[in-house]
Formats: sequence, C-alpha cells, structure tokens
Amino acid sequence: MILAKVIGTVVTTIGNPHFKNRRLLVVQPLVMEGEKTDEDFIALDNTHAGIGDTVLVNREGGAARMVMDDPDAPVISVIVGIIDSIKIE
Amino acid sequence: MLFGRIKGNAVCTIKYPGTEGVKLLIVQPLDKHLEPVGPLQVVADTVHAGIGDLCVMVRSREASLAMPDEKFVPVDLATVGIVDDIEIRPDKDFDFTLKPGWNQFT
Repeated sequence: MILAKVIGTVVTTIGNPHFKNRRLLVVQPLVMEGEKTDEDFIALDNTHAGIGDTVLVNREGGAARMVMDDPDAPVISVIVGIIDSIKIE
Repeated sequence: MLFGRIKGNAVCTIKYPGTEGVKLLIVQPLDKHLEPVGPLQVVADTVHAGIGDLCVMVRSREASLAMPDEKFVPVDLATVGIVDDIEIRPDKDFDFTLKPGWNQFT
C-alpha cells in the first residue's frame, strides 16, 4: 500500500460494469523530501475520498478484488483509506 | 490504471483461442497532464472506443478480467472506460513531499 494525494477526478459514462457507483480518481504518490516523484495513476475510490485528500492506495489486483467483494473486477489500484496524519522517525 | 489516447487499429487474423472478436487498438499511454509516456502499445478494447478517444486502461492480469466473455485470455492491457470529463488540479496546489516527524493532513 502506498501514500498518495488525490489530485483529480475522472468521469466515464461508458465504463466497465464492475465500476458502477464508484468514482475513478487521479492520485499522485507522496515521496520523502528531495526524492524523485513517482508516476501518477488512476485508482478506484472505495472510501468517498475527494480532491486534496491524502489516501492509502492498494496497488495489487487480488487485494483490490477482495476490497470490492467482486472476484471479476478488473481493478488494480483501489483507495482503501483516508489518512489523517503520519509520523516518520 | 492509466490514461491512453487511441491512435489507430491493429488487425490480426490469427489470434489465441478466446481472443477472437476482440478489437485491438493502438494506444499512447498518457500521464495526468495528458502528456505521452513511453511508446505506443496495443490495447484490447472492451468499451467500443474509437480513434481519438481518451480512455482509462488497466494493465496486467486484471486486463483479462475486463473481457466480456472469456476471463482467462492472454491480454495485458485493456480499456475499461471512455473519459467524458476530467478535472486535474495543478501541481502547485499540493505538496507531494513527506517530512520527518508529524505530517498532519486533516
């Protein structure tokens, strides 16, 4: 799972039926100060996150299908939590 | 999952069993600013996308799950949605770095 910030929303009228009633959000992974930024990607929202939220993103298909409770969902990245704060030693 | 712009068609007469009738398209993967990332790729179409359409695509094993009928086919990139509208905030609106110590987000 990775930490990421929600930076955008995607609207798709024609889409996979397994995505119904869930939003697609564009997320940008967070990095430590001075490190190179990672590539952005699209994640399916399972937590009602919005633009500007810091979220926990699961980037593995098996876990994503488990979260969605749908064994045939074509999803890799799914947002599984909204982060309030983190402490780095 | 990632964005892609459909650039053309790929015609293929001999295909692996299970992929017959699947439309193959040439696609340019894009980043959040819709700038090209990497080379052109071939995508299996499941949402009836056409040339010029902006799509959402899924990679790896999950691409074959997007297929309408046969779910265990050799496909590693598939379209799962046609984008009508996107709203992306500019990078300067957010801070993408983490600092040692407490990071409060709410």
